[in-house]
Amino acid sequence: MKLSLQAGVGAAIRNHGVEAYPDECCGAMIGRDGIVTRTYALPNATEEGPRRRFRIRPQDYREAERQATESGADLVGFYHSHPDHPARPSQYDLDHAWPVFSYVIVSVREGVAEDMTSWRLREDRSVFDEENLEEHVN
Amino acid sequence: MANTIHIPTPLRPFTDKQESVEVSGNTVGELLADLTKRHEGLKRHLYAEDGRLRNFVNVYLNDEDIRYLQREQTPVKAGDSLSIVPSVAGGLR
Repeated sequence: MKLSLQAGVGAAIRNHGVEAYPDECCGAMIGRDGIVTRTYALPNATEEGPRRRFRIRPQDYREAERQATESGADLVGFYHSHPDHPARPSQYDLDHAWPVFSYVIVSVREGVAEDMTSWRLREDRSVFDEENLEEHVN
Repeated sequence: MANTIHIPTPLRPFTDKQESVEVSGNTVGELLADLTKRHEGLKRHLYAEDGRLRNFVNVYLNDEDIRYLQREQTPVKAGDSLSIVPSVAGGLR
C-alpha cells in the first residue's frame, strides 16, 4: 500500500497543522488511485476539546465528497494533526476509522511540523496498517 | 416498495462499487437490514458488536437525520431515499 502526495499537498497539510496548533486540524484529501492531488481544509467541529480530538461534521463530509466527485476524482481519505504527540494513530482513531480511506497524521511539536505518516484500517477493523507515504517535491 | 440508499465512498467496495443500492422495506431499519443482507461486508462497518448502529454512522432520510425522527423505526414511503454519511473523527487518545 502506498499513498502519493503531489507537489504542494504535504506542505498544505503541514501548514494547516501549524496554523491550528495547539489544536488539531483536519481536512479531506482528494485524488485518485492512491494519489492525492489536493486537500480541502475542514473545520474541527469536536465538542470534546480540539487539543486532543477532531470531528468532521456530516455536512462537511458530504461537501468534500461532492467536490471530489464534481472534479472527476475520489475522496481518498482525511488528514489530521497530533499536537505534541507522535504521528501514530490512537485507539480513538482506530475506533472511528472507515475502511478504504487513507488517514494521514502529521505530528506538530511546539508549533513545528515533524513526522507525517499514512494509515489504513485493516478489513477486520482490528488495526491500522501503515502505508508507504511518498511526497513529490515538484 | 423500492427505495434508494446512497453509499459513501469508503463503503462502496462492499457494494460492488455502486454509489446507490435499491432496497425495500417499511422502515429505515428494514431498509438497512435489506442492504446488509444484499451486501454482508457492510455489516461490521455499520453496526457495533451489540447490533446497534455505530454512533459515527449517520443515516439521513431525505436529508433529515434519523436521530431526530424515530431512528430505525422511522416509517418510509415509496420513493424516499436514505443516505449513509460518515462522521470522521479521531484524536490523540
